[in-house]
Amino acid sequence: MAGSAQDIIYVAQAETGDALQEGTVVAPAEEHAATDAAHGTEGTHASTEAHSEVFPPFDPASFGSQLLWLALCFAALYLLMSRVALPRIGSIIETRRTRIEGDLKEAERLRQETEKAAAAYEAALAEARKNAHAIAEETRAGIKADIEGRRADVEAQLSKRVTEAEARILTDKTAALANVATIAAETAQALVARISGSATAAEAKAAVAAVNKE
Amino acid sequence: MADPNKVDPIHQFQITDIVSFGDGGISFTNSALFMVLTVGLIAAYLILSTQKRALVPNRVQLVSEMLYEFVAKMVSDSAGKAGMKFFPFVFSLFMFVLVANMFGMIPFFFTVTSHIIITFALAMLVFAVVIIYGFWKNGFKFLKLFVPSGVPAYVLPIVVPIEFVSFLSRPISLSVRLFANILAGHITLKVFAGFIVTLGGLGFLGWLGALLPLIMTVAITALEFLVAALQAYVFAVLTSMYINDAIHPGH
Repeated sequence: MAGSAQDIIYVAQAETGDALQEGTVVAPAEEHAATDAAHGTEGTHASTEAHSEVFPPFDPASFGSQLLWLALCFAALYLLMSRVALPRIGSIIETRRTRIEGDLKEAERLRQETEKAAAAYEAALAEARKNAHAIAEETRAGIKADIEGRRADVEAQLSKRVTEAEARILTDKTAALANVATIAAETAQALVARISGSATAAEAKAAVAAVNKE
Repeated sequence: MADPNKVDPIHQFQITDIVSFGDGGISFTNSALFMVLTVGLIAAYLILSTQKRALVPNRVQLVSEMLYEFVAKMVSDSAGKAGMKFFPFVFSLFMFVLVANMFGMIPFFFTVTSHIIITFALAMLVFAVVIIYGFWKNGFKFLKLFVPSGVPAYVLPIVVPIEFVSFLSRPISLSVRLFANILAGHITLKVFAGFIVTLGGLGFLGWLGALLPLIMTVAITALEFLVAALQAYVFAVLTSMYINDAIHPGH
């Protein structure tokens, strides 16, 4: 555009002096219009013309739009996060944490209960064992005493019988010994009678007594 | 640009109007579209995946919870319990940068974070939040930020200006770091991919030669995924640290 304006100027200059005068007057106006047009292009079609020359990330023409949309998007994101998403995730995690803590506490409580029960069981077992031992001991003592008593009885009875028997034996012996003289006298009388023909009982007795005395 | 076969690594950053609203420069552009998509994806995923509020999470819900706990840990580690007030802010920043970066990894998609005005705006937002909250919470004690404790008085004239300048340069470093990483990565990727096309047009030897940039492109793609995630993380961590400064200005 600027180039064509220049051409017009040159064309104008090539003509007569009047025309030259005219041309110099006309040319700046045209040039002005041309630069205006160029400015207009830059202003309206910034996104097509300007980008081919400026490195896009440093192109100020796009800053306004980017900032606006960034502000809108980031504000929306912040609101969505702080009002909806994060409280929800936070509550989920918190619920889970309290649940796990509660469960762990419950487990701990149950464990302690179990331990208590085990201890009680142990104590009861020890008590029972002790009792059993005592009962066994008692029973053993009782049986022992019983046995002792019975043995003493039996022994007493036995010894009584032995003394009775001994006494009977003694009486039998004395009785027997007492009978010995009579039997000897009778034997002697029978012997004498066989040998000498006659002998009285009294003589036999006297003879036996005499022998016995020796 | 005139030649459609010529690879132009800059073309991917161009902003074009989708819907124009007059000449006010507020047109709905491809950049705006991807910002809307980014926000839409984040919100839709986080809200829909946690719809059931399952006590035992399924995979999609677990991802949401892991993102939550990841950022929550990041914020509470850097800025303490008081910093959790800013957790939704840091989380929004992290998710926005992360998803915008990841969208950029999809071919033909526009990368929102490859424009410095976006990263700079986000960094200035962080900067403004730090300054406003810092003064609101601590009053003029916030200025203790520039006076490190335990530094002898005669060193202060040197240290305080350094601290001040480093504080002022924060939004610049924060924004340029993200912008430059994403921009450079995308240009590199495009250039190497362009080599494949150019070499591929040279016949059999060209095909052989194209293998090299092909391998490079694959490797750089992997690297760019890493960078995309890492830069989002770095942005969020630094934001948490700056917020910590606003809460506890004394070093």
